Amino acid sequence: MTCSELAELVTAYLDGALDERSETLLVVHLDGCPACRTLLDQHQQTVRLLAPAASEPSPVSAPACRDALLAAFRDSSR
Amino acid sequence: MARDVPLPPDDELVERLRGGDEAAFGLVLDLWSPSMLRLARSFVSTNATAEEVVQETWLAVVRGLARFEGRASLKTWVFRILVNTARTRGAKESRTLPFSSLLPEDEGPTVDPSRFRPSDDPHPGHWNPGQQPQPWMLPEDAALKSEVRAVLAEALGALPDRHRIVVTLRDIDGHSSDEVCELLDISPGNQRVILHRARAAVRARLETYFATATATTATSTAAASTAAASTAAQRRGAP
Repeated sequence: MTCSELAELVTAYLDGALDERSETLLVVHLDGCPACRTLLDQHQQTVRLLAPAASEPSPVSAPACRDALLAAFRDSSR
Repeated sequence: MARDVPLPPDDELVERLRGGDEAAFGLVLDLWSPSMLRLARSFVSTNATAEEVVQETWLAVVRGLARFEGRASLKTWVFRILVNTARTRGAKESRTLPFSSLLPEDEGPTVDPSRFRPSDDPHPGHWNPGQQPQPWMLPEDAALKSEVRAVLAEALGALPDRHRIVVTLRDIDGHSSDEVCELLDISPGNQRVILHRARAAVRARLETYFATATATTATSTAAASTAAASTAAQRRGAP
């Protein structure tokens, strides 16, 4: 497995979706290639950096809209 | 805030919602709406339409709770309604996002091929010297952290809609691969191809940012040590 091939298999590897043979080749390559280990680290860091981007205000939290949806919920439960 | 409140397990949550527990409804409303809005926004052309899609979805959820069968998780079911609603609205705006097949935007290498050695090299396809990825210095400083967030937002904004949708569902909202396939009617293989391209594009943008940031830090460190050296020299009475 070459570095350029490995670069396209990182996501499949992290998802545990590689077949056994490819996974073995990839792990063996990683063992001997610090640059590809860094690339893999960077993919994992990218995922970790993206995770907290989830918090942002939503207009559904605006009191008027929230109240209207809660009222709809109340009505439907009667 | 609302994110820190743990949701009860699905069966308990559904029971409470069916029983008319308004606090439980308020909880999922606050917890899931931001993600739903972000997702809707990639399917339709304006923020206002995306907001309508989210509201319409919640009304459909309220009406449909009795029909929820628990085959998927409640969250996946709600998001599935959102995707269907958003798709219908997108189609009215002539915006359709095909997930059933791959497109040219999903193909090609994700790392610049010139970074690898050519086919006539003794080690073809391996990193060129000087082109290997360099470890990142992740910021601890609040100002730099917000700079990184801005870089991430810009990188996500530059992605094709389908790519942004998949990476947002997986990495920002934390849905599993199976859930994303179920939500978007996409095969596991195609989902992975798109996720890989999206993550690789964000990684590449971060790589450029960190390379520049590291260079700037190195320059200012060098400038600082030059200044320190000349101060020391002055103290010693050198010219």
